[in-house]
Amino acid sequence: MLSKTIAQLAKGLKQGEFSSSEITAQYLQQIAAKDSKYNSYITVTNEQAMAQAKKADELIANGKATPMTGIPIAHKDIFCTKGVRTSAGSKMLDNFISPYDATIVEKFNAAGTVSLGKANMDEFAMGSSNENSYYGAAINPWGENRVPGGSSGGSAVSVAAQLAAGATGSDTGGSIRQPCALTNLTGIKPTYGRVSRFGMIAFASSLDQAGPIAKTAEDAAMMLNVMAGFDPKDSTSAEQDVSDYTASLNKPLAGLKIGLPKEFFSSDLNPQIAEKTQAALKEYQALGAELKEISLPNTALSIPAYYIIAPAEASSNLSRFDGVKFGYRCENPTDIEDLYKRTRAEGFGREVKSRILVGTYALSEGFYDAYYKKAQQIRRLIQQDFINALKEVDVIMGPTTPQPAFEIGEKTTNPVDMYMEDIYTLSLNLAGLPGMSIPCGQVDGLPIGLQIIGNYFAEERLLNVAHMFQQATDWHKHTAPGL
Amino acid sequence: MEWEAVIGLEIHAQLATTTKIFSGASTAFGAQPNEQACAIDLALPGTLPVFNKKALEMAVMFGAAIDAEIGKVSIFDRKNYFYPDSPKGYQTSQLFYPIVGLGQLDITLSDGSNKTIGVTRAHLEEDAGKSLHEKFADMTGIDLNRAGTPLLEIVSEPDMRSAEEAVAYAKKIHSIVTSIGICDGNMAEGSFRVDCNVSVRIKGEEKLGNRTETKNINSFRFIEKAIKGEIIRQIEILEDGGRIEQETRLYDAEKDVTRTMRSKEEANDYRYFPCPDLLPIVIEDDYIEKIRQNLPELPDARKQRFIEQYQLPADDAGILSSSKAQADYFEIVSKLTDDSKLAANWLSGEFAKLLNQNDLSIDRAPVDAPALAQLLIRVKDNTLNVNGAKQVLEAMWNNEGSADSIIAAKGLKQMTDTGSIEKIVREVVANSEKQVQQYIDAEPEKRGKMMGFFMGQIMKASKGKANPGQVQALLKPILDELC
Repeated sequence: MLSKTIAQLAKGLKQGEFSSSEITAQYLQQIAAKDSKYNSYITVTNEQAMAQAKKADELIANGKATPMTGIPIAHKDIFCTKGVRTSAGSKMLDNFISPYDATIVEKFNAAGTVSLGKANMDEFAMGSSNENSYYGAAINPWGENRVPGGSSGGSAVSVAAQLAAGATGSDTGGSIRQPCALTNLTGIKPTYGRVSRFGMIAFASSLDQAGPIAKTAEDAAMMLNVMAGFDPKDSTSAEQDVSDYTASLNKPLAGLKIGLPKEFFSSDLNPQIAEKTQAALKEYQALGAELKEISLPNTALSIPAYYIIAPAEASSNLSRFDGVKFGYRCENPTDIEDLYKRTRAEGFGREVKSRILVGTYALSEGFYDAYYKKAQQIRRLIQQDFINALKEVDVIMGPTTPQPAFEIGEKTTNPVDMYMEDIYTLSLNLAGLPGMSIPCGQVDGLPIGLQIIGNYFAEERLLNVAHMFQQATDWHKHTAPGL
Repeated sequence: MEWEAVIGLEIHAQLATTTKIFSGASTAFGAQPNEQACAIDLALPGTLPVFNKKALEMAVMFGAAIDAEIGKVSIFDRKNYFYPDSPKGYQTSQLFYPIVGLGQLDITLSDGSNKTIGVTRAHLEEDAGKSLHEKFADMTGIDLNRAGTPLLEIVSEPDMRSAEEAVAYAKKIHSIVTSIGICDGNMAEGSFRVDCNVSVRIKGEEKLGNRTETKNINSFRFIEKAIKGEIIRQIEILEDGGRIEQETRLYDAEKDVTRTMRSKEEANDYRYFPCPDLLPIVIEDDYIEKIRQNLPELPDARKQRFIEQYQLPADDAGILSSSKAQADYFEIVSKLTDDSKLAANWLSGEFAKLLNQNDLSIDRAPVDAPALAQLLIRVKDNTLNVNGAKQVLEAMWNNEGSADSIIAAKGLKQMTDTGSIEKIVREVVANSEKQVQQYIDAEPEKRGKMMGFFMGQIMKASKGKANPGQVQALLKPILDELC
């Protein structure tokens, strides 16, 4: 049961093979038994999950079910959930019970989806390994001492370890795609503005985008159907119609033009990853696609530009955590200055503090033009690179990550090394484009991902391209050893 | 040495929207602390701003009223600083692309001369909450009801040279914003607050002296006092060989002095950058044109109309149109009495005197326009003479009732019966032998001057109730009979 996809569960629920209460109870049992090992959840909402499951069963019985009704999922702990702790992986919000639901949580609730709990994550979504969580690292089921990637590490582990049928994630520089690659899952970061950010705790507002993490492209499409859409509460959400993302999953790929950026396939690329990626591309050729070399000349500038823009926005977004209104407050402050300083020194973790420092510096008087403004100019160049390339090809492909899951502690002492994890993913966030990661093989028994990049609002096409690959291959069906 | 003051004002006009600039919470004044602060105003994690289009409309109305450039694209920026009543840790404002650009207006000074004052810009921003230091021992209370109230910050050029000019400018802005209905203008409640930038230099010099900014002054009288005091303070320092520190000062109305709030060194680096949660505001020409066409009557146009429609002298028309409340009041009284001259005389005379004595603005006067009109109708129909009318007005001011009920209660009805008046006249003449003899002895052309004595005695004998016109008409023939 726990290995079933969302599509399979939905079918079984519809046909009365099992009830949502049964599935939900099984997941909750499994979490109780196994999650001490994986640490994928920060908070498990047993009672609420069972109540939702019961309600879902009623909806199903009354013929009022939607495709996601009764499916148990996990929400990344960055999404506000009414009455439930919403920590963002930080000591700062360890005591924060949200009084409201994020728009996407509200949408899943309205669809009758069951929430099992809140998934572990890097603090305020800053990290690529889930080691920056106040609640400890989440463990990759593919290797006991391996990281699952981040920042949506807990979400990925919950699905990969069969502790949820699917999970929500957020992606600011690769935080959905990189964990999916490292845990053999399928995830999509939609176009910026496709999914509401209301109620998603902000890291870098102009880059943050929510999306699903699932076992298959079909499952991701089912989840995205619930999540996508204009939200009047988010001024940056797109007033564009939403397609049924499951509608054209099976469209043949004959004539599909795939662009291969030469900057993604340079000699630095891990040869084993290169080999697996090439094999996947051959598969696409077999499905009728054409390959074409393209260039994204400003790729090398994406990391420096990103590490100005994201910290700058974060430094401002995280100012509200000051010990005055909610969240952590230091003991016995002597005055307001002391309250601010100690609350923030004690409440934020190391990586968060270092990014606040970088961002504050970049925005300071006298440095703004040299850093923030320059980074925004680079951002436009990177965006233009993609726009130009996507005039010639339908999608762009390459590796999701430069290497498979690394060991816990391996990169914690070298932040730049850690930042390189997102070399292939974060330029999309700068450009605002949608991107996916799908399983495409293994290196030394560890899964790796193929990244598929599409044009603005081309999620339907991306999911179709991913789904057809999964119809022809079975990499996505591999589960971690011992499951 | 002759000194010259250079003054510029920053005026914060609270816009009269029913909801806040970025949330749906009410902006009404006087609620219990934090009753009107929603999740967005409290800056709860995950919340996002949505721009109130009504605030945009009001800002554009102001731009149209002063014939200013209106930014086709205007952008919100974040002004970052920590303060407990600033819940997000930044204020959303506009630095680089304000909504209203360069404009100008004319002020009229007491000597009747006109001067043009430049308006540099006007931009939209959100107000902060309030810190309440008095009520809590060793603690500060935070009331966020005001947080997020829309403000239009109107920045003048440093074109003013005296406190009188500054007050005339502030009054003109006040009259414009209230006339077009974008601000209630209530200074006591903080709806219209003024920051005064003051510097002095030796007359004839081009270079500006170091300036100080005195913040948040909420009455025209205090503006005048604060500026006058600040000019004297600066001249004294400079004449003693000192230098003016660039700093922010506060005006203490009780002691009538300004004092240092923070020095330049303590000033924040606000790290302005474009707010990524809000899209640029794009304004179409049609939108501006439509607002321009529907703009309510402006103070200058109203003054012109008063001159033409009511045949008022320019001075009176200027005073009567100096605020919307004043002008509305005048027009109501005019209409109800069908005598604009009478209305103008009373409003600029006796009524203005009472307002001044009690330091009240006309919208707070205890006698409203219909009540005053009722009194003036009694003057017009000869029920009251001027003397009696003044007594009745005073009683009305003290809430003793309507004009008619006071006239009845105090027996102030004018005596118009010729027989009774003639009787009093003859009595007075009979009892004033000495003065009558002087009258007879005088040259005929000098007799007119001697009438005053008899008039006074007759009015006294009639307890002020005799109609002065009738008395005059009867008195002369009676005296001349005796000659």
